Amino acid sequence: MHYAISEIPVIKRFLKSRWLQWGITVVTLAVFLVVILTGLFGTPAGNHNFGIVYVWLVWWALLKLIFVPFLGRFWCSVCPIPAPGDWLQRRAMITPRRGGKLYTLATKLFRKPGSFGARPWPKFLRNIWAQNLGFLAVALFSALILTSPLVTALTLLVFILVSLLVSLFYERRAFCRYLCPIGGFVGVYSQIAPVAVRVKDPAVCESHTEKTCYTGSDAGYGCPYFNLPQRLQANTLCSMCGECLRTCPKDNVAFYVRVPGADLLNTRGRRMDEAFNGLMMLGAAFIYSVVLIGPDGGLKATARAVGTPGWFVYVAALLSFSLLVVPGLFWLCVRLSQVLAGRPRPDMVDIAAAVRKRDSLFAGYATVLVPLGLAIWVAFTLSFTMTNLSYAWPALSDPFGWGWNLFGTAGMAWTPYLSGVIPYLQVPVLLVGLIVAVALAMRTAHQHQQPSRAALPVSAFCALAVVGLLTLYMA
Amino acid sequence: MIGTQFARRKTQWLFAGVTMALVALALLAPLPVTGAAPQERHITISAHTFAFEPGTVRVNRGDTVVINLESADVMHGLYLDGYEISTRAEPGQPGELRFVADRDGAFHFRCAVPCGNLHPFMIGKLIVEPNLPWLRAVAATLIAAVGAGAVFWK
Ligand code: SF4
Ligand SMILES: [Cu+2]
Repeated sequence: MHYAISEIPVIKRFLKSRWLQWGITVVTLAVFLVVILTGLFGTPAGNHNFGIVYVWLVWWALLKLIFVPFLGRFWCSVCPIPAPGDWLQRRAMITPRRGGKLYTLATKLFRKPGSFGARPWPKFLRNIWAQNLGFLAVALFSALILTSPLVTALTLLVFILVSLLVSLFYERRAFCRYLCPIGGFVGVYSQIAPVAVRVKDPAVCESHTEKTCYTGSDAGYGCPYFNLPQRLQANTLCSMCGECLRTCPKDNVAFYVRVPGADLLNTRGRRMDEAFNGLMMLGAAFIYSVVLIGPDGGLKATARAVGTPGWFVYVAALLSFSLLVVPGLFWLCVRLSQVLAGRPRPDMVDIAAAVRKRDSLFAGYATVLVPLGLAIWVAFTLSFTMTNLSYAWPALSDPFGWGWNLFGTAGMAWTPYLSGVIPYLQVPVLLVGLIVAVALAMRTAHQHQQPSRAALPVSAFCALAVVGLLTLYMA
Repeated sequence: MIGTQFARRKTQWLFAGVTMALVALALLAPLPVTGAAPQERHITISAHTFAFEPGTVRVNRGDTVVINLESADVMHGLYLDGYEISTRAEPGQPGELRFVADRDGAFHFRCAVPCGNLHPFMIGKLIVEPNLPWLRAVAATLIAAVGAGAVFWK
């Protein structure tokens, strides 16, 4: 069930136009610059600093509550971080050069005589493992990053510099696809979104050998995320930038509105790096809920006191919970499912073998972590963004906390939004996430030739996670 | 074949409907639970960067709650989610909050006066017992999980 919304002429014009995306990116880049400036030079008091308020409250709320659940990786297509690198590499701001040509230093410096093209991205990094590790690395410092404008600015500066550096040597958005810690989970959760860019008729692609959607053409760039549209099975790696809509000469690519979560319906051939992203994100959501939202002030101070012995204990706890406890529990559930199914596959006993195995049952069951994890992250995000969103008004008028009043909103008082309603939003979101997760567990069992009862352990895991989270917030 | 498939569809819808009804029931059904007799409770909460002491406060529904907020260092506030009331305190100048705990459940309270870097996460919890909303949510979760399993069971 899907509908090609890009077939409506006005919408198609809209989606194919470069101006819209470019325009939004210019705005986000401007905001990004203000974030960096206020972070470096503004007040260190987070609540009064534009950087903290607009990144960790406004942007985070938008990303988690709207962009990812409803628009997939749309954010990636207007993100300021890769923009300077893009423009440099394209040697163009809006209209592409002939053939959508890209320019990297590698083309000049490292090109062997007779060969062309840029350096290929290293094989061992062609997955999201670096993004997973990057997320955890940022998570270790998150109590500090979240509350210090300076550290937020420095972190974002590192992001944009690494992105720029990568784009000097490697074509396209290698940073976004393979390195960005945000891109990892945004990609995995974007499978829920009710929108997708896909080819209309695979047969047309088969017969079109030029593949301008991959190579680029006068009309646009080759897919910045290294996708071949005809092979797209899920939103995970598609930023919906619309380049393929522009470059396909056969008008064979469309922007679809579809059943939410359709990408998850196939639980076979799932990837272990994405499975691990889901597990790690689940672990992190729990740690954050305990540390940041819980009543223990000492814990918060410890998590923020980077470098102290206490902080190292926190790091050890966070890493072992996200990398060992949660994945370990999940692995046990998958193992148990095989016992229940009656014919355990011996290859699953060995984790290394499971990682190598393409069609892993573990990674199949891990699809449940997408609805479950997203629901839990939405619940967590609701718990702290809404109450503090009203800081956005004064921060707009007085971004540096220097006593300015640009728009007359500097004096607006802190008012928690929806403070009485949040639990009533969290509960339904968690319930929907859980129901979809259990349905997916059942589907995984069936698609892997297991009887229904084999889905029980993973379903119980999901129910337990939701009960645990409810208890953290509501008891 | 088509007949059995059709029958399965029907049972699936039936299970889904029953599950939804039970979830709604668990969440919304009025329960004649009477807690302990209401009393007046005086609670002193001490605020310091970045925590409330005690961090968790338990009262019964119907209690008249008098919170005496003391600050041990700088100016802090206490805003009670759900009840949408607040007070503030400076060292030597305590604040007071008096209300009837007429809504059950858990309510976060948070510092209402920016007091430093971790201020947005300076959070405590008031639990008004019997904590039915939590019990209802847990019941609904279990029903939803079992129901979803039943719907997709083959
Ligand atoms: S350019 Fe269009 S027709 Fe050709 S391979 Fe790409 S999507 Fe298919
Ligand atoms: Cu405070």
